[in-house]
Amino acid sequence: MIEYIQNNYSEILTDLGQHIWLALVPVVLGVIFALPVGYLAVRRGWLYQPIVNLGGVLYSIPSLALFLIMPAILGTGTLSPLNIVVSLAVYTFALLTRTVADALLSVQGQATQAAEAMGFRPFRQLLQVELPMALPVMLAGVRVATVANISLVSVGALIGVGGLGALFTRGLQLGFMEPIIVGIVLSVLLAAVCDIAIVLLQRRLTPWDRVATR
Amino acid sequence: MITPVPLFNYFGFLLDPANWGWSDGSIPQRLVEHLGYTVLAVLIAAAIALPIGLLIGHTNRGAFLAINIGNAGRALPTFGLLSLMVVLMGTGLVPALIALVVLAVPPILASTYAGIRAVDRSAVDAAVGMGMRPTEVLFRAEVPMALPLIMSGLRSSTLQVCATATVAAYVGLGGLGRFLIDGLARNQYDQVFAGAVLVAALAIALDLAGAGLERAVVSPGVRQRGSARRGRRRGARSTDTSTQEAPTASTAG
Amino acid sequence: MPRKSRKLMALAAVVAAVLPLSACGGDPTAGGGTGDKSTIVIGSANFPENELLAEIYAQAMEAKGVEVQKKLNIGARELYLKALKDGSIDMIPEYNGALLAALSPNGEVPSDVSAPQEVYDALQKVLPEGTETLDQAAAEDKDTLTVTKETADKYHLQSIDDLKPVASKLVVGAGPEFKTRFQGLVGLEKEYGITFKQFKPLDPGGPLTKAALKKGDIQVANVFSTDSSIETEGWVVLDDTKNLFLAQNIVPIVRSSKVTDDVKSAANEVSAALTTDDLTKYLAMVQVDKKDPSEVAKQYLADKGIVS
Repeated sequence: MIEYIQNNYSEILTDLGQHIWLALVPVVLGVIFALPVGYLAVRRGWLYQPIVNLGGVLYSIPSLALFLIMPAILGTGTLSPLNIVVSLAVYTFALLTRTVADALLSVQGQATQAAEAMGFRPFRQLLQVELPMALPVMLAGVRVATVANISLVSVGALIGVGGLGALFTRGLQLGFMEPIIVGIVLSVLLAAVCDIAIVLLQRRLTPWDRVATR
Repeated sequence: MITPVPLFNYFGFLLDPANWGWSDGSIPQRLVEHLGYTVLAVLIAAAIALPIGLLIGHTNRGAFLAINIGNAGRALPTFGLLSLMVVLMGTGLVPALIALVVLAVPPILASTYAGIRAVDRSAVDAAVGMGMRPTEVLFRAEVPMALPLIMSGLRSSTLQVCATATVAAYVGLGGLGRFLIDGLARNQYDQVFAGAVLVAALAIALDLAGAGLERAVVSPGVRQRGSARRGRRRGARSTDTSTQEAPTASTAG
Repeated sequence: MPRKSRKLMALAAVVAAVLPLSACGGDPTAGGGTGDKSTIVIGSANFPENELLAEIYAQAMEAKGVEVQKKLNIGARELYLKALKDGSIDMIPEYNGALLAALSPNGEVPSDVSAPQEVYDALQKVLPEGTETLDQAAAEDKDTLTVTKETADKYHLQSIDDLKPVASKLVVGAGPEFKTRFQGLVGLEKEYGITFKQFKPLDPGGPLTKAALKKGDIQVANVFSTDSSIETEGWVVLDDTKNLFLAQNIVPIVRSSKVTDDVKSAANEVSAALTTDDLTKYLAMVQVDKKDPSEVAKQYLADKGIVS
């Protein structure tokens, strides 16, 4: 095992590096798109159910299928990392719109009424009252999406762009256990590190909430 | 530089009646295979995770373990696990099934545990006060009230397995993933597209069936509480996060 | 469930340490096809021999100072040729006969083409626009139909022709693409009149196919002629009397815009030295001794004195 890592140090690092941005760029993209759509689902109540259903349908498409169809939709090259990035952004979006909507719904109440009574305009109320209060639930969703993305990236190896997944296809073809184990361990570690980083971020951002969330 | 194929070309495979008969590699046959893998894996996972989740939730011992297995399970890369199993055990249904079961256990375990823990303690106290024995408390008070969450765990693990079972085609298994892998290798995008549509449709159908089952088994009194997501929930954020995490723990494979 | 903040700080330090590493690892814009002459993107098919070949060519070029980027393990020919055409990769080690068939209409090659040089010449007429082949090697790796000794004895099999009367009892295993290729089931039916009982899509001459043959899940397997398992397992390679699988010499196919003198001389030097025995021997180091392809490639280039 150690010998394998020593011999392939630079390739493993390249795979890990690719894995990191293939997984995390979509999280950022997904959040950017999910925030306004989730907000819309709350503001225009009749949109809530259609949006949630759309998310459900998008999420049920298997990742491999989405990776494969992307070049036809986007006109990207066969091996373009964009195929993976956009697919995972779609999943993140599907998962987070509902979370954003539910999070915003869950904070409607005394605080928002107080803000309204204090004469906050809707946008200011959203920015200064609702979003901060909804942050813990939203970040819980971001954690789930991040961890899911990190696990899904490796499937991309089946179409030649898969970060640590390249270690899986190689191990599979040669009957080596080492690259597979290295890949699994790094992938799980990466997920743990990102998960903890988001928890830390949440603590910084919502110091008042420390007691209420796990 | 690249001209996208006209849209109707994607439906060729799906619309060809020859693919809808019953033969080796036909759509109905792959659907049945896929459904078989999914149901088998979820049943085995449920047989493992439900008792453990109930035990941990009821006794509140080993909760740390349940939460961490749940988290680690979500982080495990599906495809890596499958590759490892094949290298260790060779090809065939059993190694693939093991990988699927390992992925299906965490959502069920976590939601069962969370469901039992989320049961109102005063209701449990009342059951004890009525003279119920511990198993009666569990099965007549705690489980019925935890059912919405337990069911959502089962549903998300079903979704996950259904999506992940496609990757198993890469290691020589059947199921709808064959259309994806074969279509890719043969450069037949209508076949890939058919695979994607069929898996998504199967996943949605299974989820609807799960919702129907949930409706049938969850007592109406409990259901109202469990599905009141659009209602105003003041100051209930700590339970929000726990219910929030369990149902979304699925990953498309 | 509050966690210990000291642990968190330690992990945060790990994050801080890992994230910058990613900066040097992946380049988000590295989709290829930039027309950047300085970097050549070398791809490989999804089987070990091709990965080894890609490594050998890549390292020979690197030794001449060429900037090389590797995208190995892409998939089947149907997929990587598309990647080559759309500029996702610039070069890939190919097999001349299989490539010729893949580029010919319906995969059918003129019947008078069979010797390596004939295949090479015919290939020049069908190459995709903007690509060219460099010198081909003497080394050859053919697609074969292979059976176990027991199966061969049981049905008295020596050549593919012998399969005809018994094929309806036999299951054949290969990569999924084998079913629709002329150099596969299509040609076997057309040239030999063989229809198997069932086709099992596995992998191109890879571990799944070989394991299935060993286990008896399939009786006929598409294995590559350089595979050391043929010898170690005592398998029988059926003679291809109608020459369906053609000559299969190793030949690099390159996007012309990336061909520099260094690229050309490095690749041709490798091809000139490469023999079938070399291929079998060094591939066994990967498949049997479980050495890494990049290490084996390095050793090969050193042994041959191409890169010291």
